Amino acid sequence: MINTIVQGLLLGGYYALIAAGLSFMFSVMRIINLAHGSLAVLAAYLLLVLAQNYHLSPFVGLIIVLPLMAVIGFLLQRFILDRAMQAGQLVPILATFGLAIVIDNVLFELFGANTRSLSNFIGSLSYDSIALPGDIYVGELAVGTFVLAIVVLGGLQLFLSFTRYGRAIRATAEDPDTAGLVGINPRMATAVASAIALFTVGLAGAALGMRGTFDAYAGASQLLFAFEAAVIGGAGSVWGTLIGGIVLALAQTFGAKVSPLGFLLAGHGVFLVVLFVRVWLAGGVRAFLRRPA
Amino acid sequence: MNAQTTFRVERWTAASRTAIAVVIALAVIAAIAPFWLGPGAMDRLTILFVYIILAVMWNALAGYAGLVSVGQQLFVGLGAYFTIKLADWGVNPFVGMVGAAIIVGVIAVPLSFPMLRLRGGEFAIGMWVVSEMAHLLVNLDPLVRGETGTSLISLNAFDAPLRRNLIYWLALAALLVLLGGLFMLLRSRVGAAIQAIRDNEEAAASVGVRVTSTKRMIFIFTAVGVAMAGALWLATALTFQPKAYFSVQWTAYMIFMVLVGGIGTFEGAILGAVIFFAIETWFGATGVWYLVGLGATALIFALLLPRGIWGEIERRTGLRLLPVGYRLEFKLPGAEP
Amino acid sequence: MSLLAVTSLNLHHGLLHAVRDLSLDVSEGEIVALVGANGAGKTTLLRAIAGAHRPSSGSISFGGVDITRLPAHRRVNMGIALVPEGRRLFTQMTVEENLLLGRMSGRIGNWTVDKVLETFPNLAARRSARAGTLSGGEQQATAIGRALMSNPSLLLLDELSLGLSPIAVDRLYESLRTLMQSGTTIVLVEQDLGRAMQVATRIVCMLEGRVVLEAPAANLAREQVTEAYFGLAPHRVPA
Repeated sequence: MINTIVQGLLLGGYYALIAAGLSFMFSVMRIINLAHGSLAVLAAYLLLVLAQNYHLSPFVGLIIVLPLMAVIGFLLQRFILDRAMQAGQLVPILATFGLAIVIDNVLFELFGANTRSLSNFIGSLSYDSIALPGDIYVGELAVGTFVLAIVVLGGLQLFLSFTRYGRAIRATAEDPDTAGLVGINPRMATAVASAIALFTVGLAGAALGMRGTFDAYAGASQLLFAFEAAVIGGAGSVWGTLIGGIVLALAQTFGAKVSPLGFLLAGHGVFLVVLFVRVWLAGGVRAFLRRPA
Repeated sequence: MNAQTTFRVERWTAASRTAIAVVIALAVIAAIAPFWLGPGAMDRLTILFVYIILAVMWNALAGYAGLVSVGQQLFVGLGAYFTIKLADWGVNPFVGMVGAAIIVGVIAVPLSFPMLRLRGGEFAIGMWVVSEMAHLLVNLDPLVRGETGTSLISLNAFDAPLRRNLIYWLALAALLVLLGGLFMLLRSRVGAAIQAIRDNEEAAASVGVRVTSTKRMIFIFTAVGVAMAGALWLATALTFQPKAYFSVQWTAYMIFMVLVGGIGTFEGAILGAVIFFAIETWFGATGVWYLVGLGATALIFALLLPRGIWGEIERRTGLRLLPVGYRLEFKLPGAEP
Repeated sequence: MSLLAVTSLNLHHGLLHAVRDLSLDVSEGEIVALVGANGAGKTTLLRAIAGAHRPSSGSISFGGVDITRLPAHRRVNMGIALVPEGRRLFTQMTVEENLLLGRMSGRIGNWTVDKVLETFPNLAARRSARAGTLSGGEQQATAIGRALMSNPSLLLLDELSLGLSPIAVDRLYESLRTLMQSGTTIVLVEQDLGRAMQVATRIVCMLEGRVVLEAPAANLAREQVTEAYFGLAPHRVPA
């Protein structure tokens, strides 16, 4: 039982890590990037290529891939998301969905249907454990991911609260028009925010590849997990994302004990329950079962 | 304008009269097609009808109710699943298809209450999650045998040509009923409400439009339509593998069709379906690059041509083929009649 | 020497022609008061000068440089700062954070958070309060302070007294007195005619998008302005 909780907690760290970028993007730009999962998978494949063809350990590979992801984020915002945001609420969802399909299928074209993993390239880290009191073993990698998630989330929070650019991004998020009047370039602010978001996505992709397997179409499920974690925790709240990831993971881990399908069912179920409860709390019972408006 | 100005409220234009006549003619031709079309062509036409239904339904939800759903495959899957279930209980497969669509409509009612309270991205992905859950739950049914799936065996009781004709006619009938129903809906008071909501939800609510119940109506209607399409697909494909029916690929197709054709316009959705059908016929076999092309096209349209092809045509020429709006015709005093 | 030169400017809100063929010069050190009824185009004009509203035709030049196509944030860089109508503070951020944002343009000058808090003493206690929780007068002070933090050479003040009690307005203008006497170029929109005539060196009266009266404040009698305001005597008084 304790073991289940601990494993769930650590899995939650991974979910928080991948949800961080999605949540950040949503709180700054009000965009839900449906290509989020696919971009994480892209990062994982990039690290794979570097590891297989150039014999670079994924940790070294990150030195190349993370800045690359940031640049991709910057360009993504400037050329696709900025335009999409202007066209209305629905368009960013449609545009990022189209982008996700493009990324998924190009990856499939390039890499085929086989599942891959980065675990072959990180030596014993993929299975080393630390022994905890009470006969519980936790994977070093899982702990590392959890710590990384906290560092990333904390870093984002500190950045937003205490740095010049963080303030500029917050201001642009609240009122881009007035931000311009104060001397902030709103397009630059959102592009930097996207660059930061995709930087974290790169980290998440690395974690995904190292802890397990991935294939060209894994983006969809990663997007769903990231979204669920972000929403459970309260979309846009940095520490909420950590809590959301943990809740999701715990639900999944306990669900898995009940049945093999329970993993996904419990996760999705918890998400829907939290979503509806939150909506219900916002409007009261009567609003929930509202008589025709 | 003074007291002597008279005006008439017109619903039809010359163009729309012509268009409706053409539509009726096409429907009649389509109805008698089985007597002179080969089996391959009939299969393809059935699929075209399914695509048109899907496009028009997704457009109704997104373009009229303003609800972008990345989870409409939920209804595709459920429509097919309940067809299988009903067939398993001995119901005639064709009756079962319609029955399945109705069952899905009934399920959509309680589903609509929580889902319609969600906004934007939460609704979009929320529907996807519900679809994933339905997929998992359907997999639990021993009839379906997990991802291996099963078939609509009872269709084999009909010999091939008759089966094909019946499926074709059912698809055509479904198409005409669903589109006709939606068309009548748009012409009615509800239609005015829908267009008001589409243009500005808050303003619509402030003049007394019942926003939520109107959206609910569209949600349920489109659920039934998409389920019907799923059942028809099952009839043409015969096999039911949950993964294929609950796949987000369906949403991708619907988004493509509506974005390219024209979101928020009846004619646009149909145009988009026809274009998609043509592209699939020519390029579908090229494998994954086809999907990349679909995604890229959807992306480009979303950014550069968000109104779709028909939207652009409508904007530039003001051409409206299906008379769902109102026009005011003025007769100024002293002017030529 | 003209700091700001607006030439034949036309501004639209959709189909509405808000500013018609307007020309205006502002010299360094002037305090120009824009007066006029609601809908005269004053706010639209200020926003266009600040870069928040695209002109349909005409040009704006600042310090001899054509800035007509320049985006708003670049104009702040050049020294134009707008205090928008309705304050438009970042309500989720504290007073201090709002002020610090004013520095984003990177212009060098005397204004610091402390100096702003000195100028508006009632803000000092509210330094760490969320901007959304401030009173009207405090918000206005913060908004002005935020603009001042960019060390502007041209300060645009839009409707300072909007929604404020007379005492709050008094206090604001009192705090601004030193600023106004220091030689900063200011263009302000002010509904209160008496106040405008008190602080301004020049009065420009607008009606339906055009300038109908323009003269040094000293040369004008209140009645002349009132007549022009209501369109009763639409002619320019020689400077």
